[in-house]
Amino acid sequence: MDTAITILLDGLVFSSYLFIVSVGLTIIFGVMKILNVTHGSFYAWGAYTAAFLIGVAANAGWPDWAGFGIIFFSAIVVGLVLGLILERGILQFMYHRDEVLIVLATFGTFLVLEDVILLVFGVNPYFAFQPMALLGSVQLGGIARDTYGLTLIGLAVVVAAACWLTLKRTRWGKLLSAVIYDREVSVAMGLNVTRVYIVTFTLGAMFGALGGAYIAPTVSVAPGFGIDVIVLSFAVVVIGGMGSVPGAMIGALAVGLVRALAVHKFPQFELFVIYAVMATVLVFRPEGLFAPVKVRKI
Amino acid sequence: MLRDRTVQGLTIALIALLVISFFVPSWIVNQMLFASARAIVVIGLMVLWRTRLVSFGHALYFGLGAYTVAMLSRYTPVTDAFLLLGAAAALATLLGFLIGFIVRRYRDIFFAMLNLAFSMILYGILVKTEALGSTDGFTIAAPTFFGFAFEDAQEGKLALLCVLLVVGWAVAVGVQMYLQSTLGRLTTAIRDNEIRVEYLGYSVERAIHIKYVLSTLLAGIGGGFMALALGQVDPDSMVNWTASGELVFVTILSGPGSVAAPFIGSFVFEILRTYAFEWMPHAWQMIVGGTLLIIIFFMPGGMWALVTRLVGRRGAGGAPGMGH
Amino acid sequence: MRQLRKLAIPVLVAAALVPALPAQAADTVKMSVVAFLSGPAAGPFGVPSRNGAEVIIAAINDGKLPAPYNTKGLAGRTIEAEYLDENGGNTKQVAEYRNMVEKRGVDVALGYISSGTCAALTPVAEELKKLTVFAVCGTPRIFEDAKPQYVFRTMSHATSDNVAAALYVKEHFPKITSYTAINQNYAWGQDSWRDFDATMSLITKAKPSEKLQWPKIFQGQYATEISALLLDKAELIHTSLWDGDLESFVFQGDTRGLFKKKKVIFTVAETSVYRLGKRMPDGLIVGARGPYGAIVRDNPSELNKWFIDAYKDRFGQYPSGPAYQYAQAVLAVKVAYDAAAQKAGGFPTQDQVIAALRGATFESFATTVKMNLGGGHQATTENGYGITKWDPKAGELKLEKVKFYPADCVNPPEGENSVEWIKGGMKGAKC
Repeated sequence: MDTAITILLDGLVFSSYLFIVSVGLTIIFGVMKILNVTHGSFYAWGAYTAAFLIGVAANAGWPDWAGFGIIFFSAIVVGLVLGLILERGILQFMYHRDEVLIVLATFGTFLVLEDVILLVFGVNPYFAFQPMALLGSVQLGGIARDTYGLTLIGLAVVVAAACWLTLKRTRWGKLLSAVIYDREVSVAMGLNVTRVYIVTFTLGAMFGALGGAYIAPTVSVAPGFGIDVIVLSFAVVVIGGMGSVPGAMIGALAVGLVRALAVHKFPQFELFVIYAVMATVLVFRPEGLFAPVKVRKI
Repeated sequence: MLRDRTVQGLTIALIALLVISFFVPSWIVNQMLFASARAIVVIGLMVLWRTRLVSFGHALYFGLGAYTVAMLSRYTPVTDAFLLLGAAAALATLLGFLIGFIVRRYRDIFFAMLNLAFSMILYGILVKTEALGSTDGFTIAAPTFFGFAFEDAQEGKLALLCVLLVVGWAVAVGVQMYLQSTLGRLTTAIRDNEIRVEYLGYSVERAIHIKYVLSTLLAGIGGGFMALALGQVDPDSMVNWTASGELVFVTILSGPGSVAAPFIGSFVFEILRTYAFEWMPHAWQMIVGGTLLIIIFFMPGGMWALVTRLVGRRGAGGAPGMGH
Repeated sequence: MRQLRKLAIPVLVAAALVPALPAQAADTVKMSVVAFLSGPAAGPFGVPSRNGAEVIIAAINDGKLPAPYNTKGLAGRTIEAEYLDENGGNTKQVAEYRNMVEKRGVDVALGYISSGTCAALTPVAEELKKLTVFAVCGTPRIFEDAKPQYVFRTMSHATSDNVAAALYVKEHFPKITSYTAINQNYAWGQDSWRDFDATMSLITKAKPSEKLQWPKIFQGQYATEISALLLDKAELIHTSLWDGDLESFVFQGDTRGLFKKKKVIFTVAETSVYRLGKRMPDGLIVGARGPYGAIVRDNPSELNKWFIDAYKDRFGQYPSGPAYQYAQAVLAVKVAYDAAAQKAGGFPTQDQVIAALRGATFESFATTVKMNLGGGHQATTENGYGITKWDPKAGELKLEKVKFYPADCVNPPEGENSVEWIKGGMKGAKC
């Protein structure tokens, strides 16, 4: 029983993490058809900024709970700054070009940003343990769990709900859905696609940065922080269907739960799991589980 | 064939390179080995690119070729370079043929990403399996050539380079002839309008499948050569998504103008990386990434366009730009 | 004509590159020092490694080391050091090593932290016939699978870490009945666990757990793994985690009371003692891969005191294990050059240096290093562990109950394979 509860909780915590880091990727893909490799940079910059500021705040004698404010502040600032710089500075000149070239441009930008991190933050890891230490642990399923990790589940639910409400209940969301469904027709109807793109990209960047900033207190934030997350979030998005928010949720849940089961029951298969789930989905449903409808145009 | 200017040029270049390789210092021999091995892969990617297909997962076939060579030379008594490379090519082609049935239905970004997804499965398997070397990979012993083993490692490298250059030449000439054939000419037609091609009575999916298998064959050969040239394989430099990204980068760097372009692009890439790493060990990624951005923005024809401009040849082979 | 022009390009490119041949300066020894300067291992390992090498190279060039090493340079010649990044994977390192040796013509290649990279470079060093001194990397396979002639390693290999770990557990925690492990899934983690498990089975009655955790290197998040470890009945956890992974694991485990509930033995956690300070929980069993860093801070030898002072003076903090280990590698090179020069009566050739280093014995910071395995290419030293304890008075994390096991207790005898030696009952071990 304890094991079952633990597997479920571990799975949910990891799924929540996966969902938060991949939701930005899928939103940007859905609206702009860009596989955004700089997503890893957003993640790393968010983590570095948060860890750095939390350290500064701790030294300045701020209370530990200020760390939570700093996490969200970092995510918003990084998302705004990097998102706007990349969208206005690079991507806007590429929309008329091939999607694949845009991916390459984001790949080049990712490489550049990796080294800029080194130049700005140096190679020494940053620790921002205060928020995690502040929340302490709770006994659940017979073992201690860090409360901070459990709050990830809450954050994921909030993010998911916010996405759903925005898409289904607001004017903006409906505009977005229109662009996702058919860009040309939306433009013909007089929609300001430029604005939609700027907002989408910045939002996606913020989510990416939030993932990094929120995970920063639990790990040592070191160079190369953003590389693996690209692959991970990509796998989640592929499983769920590229461009679909519910898809990302299902993908994250599938990967997270199966992985938790593997770590507890068959640890030797742990890393295969993500790829095994992905392979199965690819062979039977290459578009992913929740791919938006594609219209063939002549 | 003999009248084809590209073929003539390639042949002269082959002879020149064969001669040069005996006089340059050994580190240049290494760079030539790496560059030519990568160029073979890039020729395959170029064929796809001319159809407006870009794969972000060809490190799958590149890595499969490399690992086939590594595994065979480690676990079996096979040491002959030609057998090892043949096996690498065969396995990569077989896998490419099978996966081709799935990916041939997709275009644009979906094609790119599906390939990426498949390549990550191989990456996951390699990283997690101790028998396959996990994150460390393997060291590969120097190969023999038709039973002949070189005592001196440097001579062995030169021999490998000669084989590689001849194979590279054959691949380039072969692909050039393929591009001149009816099937090859469909390449551009598919890029321009698929539906028209189908009305002409050709199966677009089949044509794409053939190109895809061709590109996987070349990726397998190139990966096999790369493994022999380096004497080392590991998943992060050969199968990870960054390796696929590098391959596409070199394709863009080379430009689609000619089957000779990949050789120039690959060599420039190796030199760029070597010097970037030597001069700025902290910022070599920035240099590589920055170069990529510059090429995308300012040199859509890649190195080939630059070369043709320098040599003064106008309108080189109707380079299909990626913009549309 | 057109073909001629086309032909001209490769010729010109080649011609432009040929002059970039190595320019050999006559009165210096070119040494490349390779360590992680970027990536997750840079902070805990690469940076102290480079710093340690820098401090001792500067002192050697000025002739300021304590006696008997107070002669200037390597056999009188100044060391010209270049510091390179080890990040980027084995394949890249193999290519870079070739460039370093063939293009820039270094005289000594020194360094390397990753076991995988060392294993990959060994055949290349043999092929290029270049003196290569590994400073840190752990895998015993390098000198057990082959007999390299140009490659040396100036510290003990990983077997001694894990044999000593088992001995320490047996001595200090004799009541342990079962143990589990979390190790990275590549050569370093796999070898570490294999040696520890074999020694434990040999010298104790404790049983290994069926489920072991093998996360990928640089995974960083261990929530699920920690749950599994907490649920596991075993009282002891063995881990060879290092770099940022180690520190992430310590934070996450500490929050969840892992270190209160289980005894955890870390084979390389000394690297984090100075870095984490108070944030490192009490009661962790910590190794330093030999007599280096925090574990020998109070060692009174002249050289040790000099090194701590010089390092603190330059970088404002105590030197950790990797700083010692790189400095020891540089010291070994100096010992070899000086001895070879004395014997040759002039500046020695590479072969003479290699002959002098083979089988050498020299006094290092806190230990005597004997190059007595792998045909005189692999060093052995004693190996020890201690337990972390925060000292509120000094405001420092200290290691208590430090215990060292002699070199010929924790290392296999010459010519024996580590695993077979342990499984065969550790014959000839003098403990």
